Amino acid sequence: MSTLLQIRDVRVRFRVRGGIFSSAGSIDAVSGVSLKIEEGTTCGIVGESGSGKTTLARAVAGLHHATSGSILYRGQELRDLPEAEFRKLRREIVMMFQDPIGSLSPRLSIKSLITEPFRIQGIKGRDLDAEAKRLLAMVGLPPEFAARYPYQISGGQARRVGVARALALDPKLLIADEPTAGLDVSIQGEMLNLLARLQDELGLAIMIITHNLSVVRHITDRVGIMYLGKLVEEGETETVFARPQHPYTLALLAANPEADPDAQLMRVELKGEPPSILRRPDGCEFHTRCPFVQPKCAAEVPAWEVSGEAAHRCHFPASWAQSEGRTA
Amino acid sequence: MAVLDILDLSVSYTTPRGDLKALRGVSLSVPQRRIVGIVGESGCGKSTLISAIIRLMAPNAQIRSGSIRLKGAEILELSEAQMRALRGAEISMVFQDPMQTHNPVLTVGRQMIDIQYRDKLSKTEKRKRAAGMLALVGIPDPEARLNQYPFEFSGGMRQRIAIAMALMAKPALLIADEPTTALDATLEVQIIKRLRELQEEVGCSILFISHHLGVIAELCDEVVVMYAGEVVESGSVRDVFHNPAHPYTRALLDCDPGHIKVRTRNLPTIPGNIPDLVHLPQGCIFAGRCDKRHDACAARPDMATVNPSHHAACHLIAVRETA
Repeated sequence: MSTLLQIRDVRVRFRVRGGIFSSAGSIDAVSGVSLKIEEGTTCGIVGESGSGKTTLARAVAGLHHATSGSILYRGQELRDLPEAEFRKLRREIVMMFQDPIGSLSPRLSIKSLITEPFRIQGIKGRDLDAEAKRLLAMVGLPPEFAARYPYQISGGQARRVGVARALALDPKLLIADEPTAGLDVSIQGEMLNLLARLQDELGLAIMIITHNLSVVRHITDRVGIMYLGKLVEEGETETVFARPQHPYTLALLAANPEADPDAQLMRVELKGEPPSILRRPDGCEFHTRCPFVQPKCAAEVPAWEVSGEAAHRCHFPASWAQSEGRTA
Repeated sequence: MAVLDILDLSVSYTTPRGDLKALRGVSLSVPQRRIVGIVGESGCGKSTLISAIIRLMAPNAQIRSGSIRLKGAEILELSEAQMRALRGAEISMVFQDPMQTHNPVLTVGRQMIDIQYRDKLSKTEKRKRAAGMLALVGIPDPEARLNQYPFEFSGGMRQRIAIAMALMAKPALLIADEPTTALDATLEVQIIKRLRELQEEVGCSILFISHHLGVIAELCDEVVVMYAGEVVESGSVRDVFHNPAHPYTRALLDCDPGHIKVRTRNLPTIPGNIPDLVHLPQGCIFAGRCDKRHDACAARPDMATVNPSHHAACHLIAVRETA
């Protein structure tokens, strides 16, 4: 297995205009993220609104300019790649957007939508009817769907169309932004099963952006947890779920109540609200909400500690186990 | 006596294709000081049910039959003016999207004072009460924050303000329509915990709508499971979640990825789609997707008793009793 995508210390900075009471400045929506994705594997990026997970995905897809750092795709540097060059790569790196219906033009038929990549990439000499049929079959939709329009299909079907369109050109890396948000649980499973099956058949690598940890657990090989534009924990999915090191990871795991009224949940309630990235806290940026905060956390920035197949950014990893005498 | 009693309620929408029978014979009851959850997927009729209770229905919606009683009094017969007197005072509501519930051009304080228009209190007293409510939902420095505009609050805080406003008049019934869906997971936990505490403090009943089974399990005392416009199962959260009697409830619980402890690349699903509510199928509404389908399902099942407080509309329950 070889590395398909290697991200090193990527930063995406946006300029913000000043208001009456604030001066102009800049925010780092993604603030030094490093990770890599092996061919044919799935990597999950988890975090809450504003954690920078979508910005990171868009930077990889060339839709945002990374301010610094490096994004290597099969050894080729993507940062600062001219748009004309990047366009060629969009056969291999594709993105599935969050809003399934909104990302489909209402005036195009499903056939036009899923064969649009051939036109955009100027691929001639293909039988578009046959391609549409093949792609619909691949995502489990009947061939009659080719003649329909987006308003005639359900949200779950629109997602399948999104997958078909993304996979039209046989890509190597699929970036899926919240592929199950807003779907009912029964359909959510169908969507994830579809992605898993297509990955096995096509050898795709998938980068999946989500805030749903139970989704991540089933579909990903590795997972990265983001908070305020930084990774706070990253590692093999099994390891991270079994032994979360960072208290934020633990809080996210605990914040996913089980459908069992007697479940003995380890409640980790976070204090307050996420701080603004305009005013990042000193020391460990999570200390303002951390239930296990210590004086050192407010003063010193924790380093990125790598141990085996996982890494984290916390002065007192897994501290709940000692302080509470409980295990996660 | 229950705070809310819905009996055999049927609501249809007039559409060019014919009548869309969105609710058919729905009965449920919200006892005093209890939190009742309604769970179901898109198209199950949750939203139609709420809009029928507060009677803010789409112009093409019609109540075909049934009764809705609030503290024993029929409210379907009330005039629009009488209904208006009820809304906000006896029944209040928290909506799904906290970013759009408030008026963006008025301060939070002004909005919280305005909604007390029924009370004969001085403005200072009303303001004091508003600040008290903000403190109750856990907003720090409430006196100063009354002067701020909605955009100056985060989503989680805005939802808490919406809850404070809904509880201001000490309603008998609070309807919460997916109040945590738009919020992040860690904030969702905060809101649920707060709702529980407030319910005890204010002493109201809550009808809580969600498609998130975990949230229902965490917050509610009782749960009503809806499918395609019908109640298919109801009972205490413990009974329904530990011992689901309807195949749909069981399938729904199985699908919840949080429920599956072993890593799998093949998650359970419910094959098929919800039936067309204009041309309803004969018999059991879930039969087309049910893995336990048998001959009896050609007839519509009645609500059968699993135990005195646990009911489900499935032919298999009667079979189990006689077996």
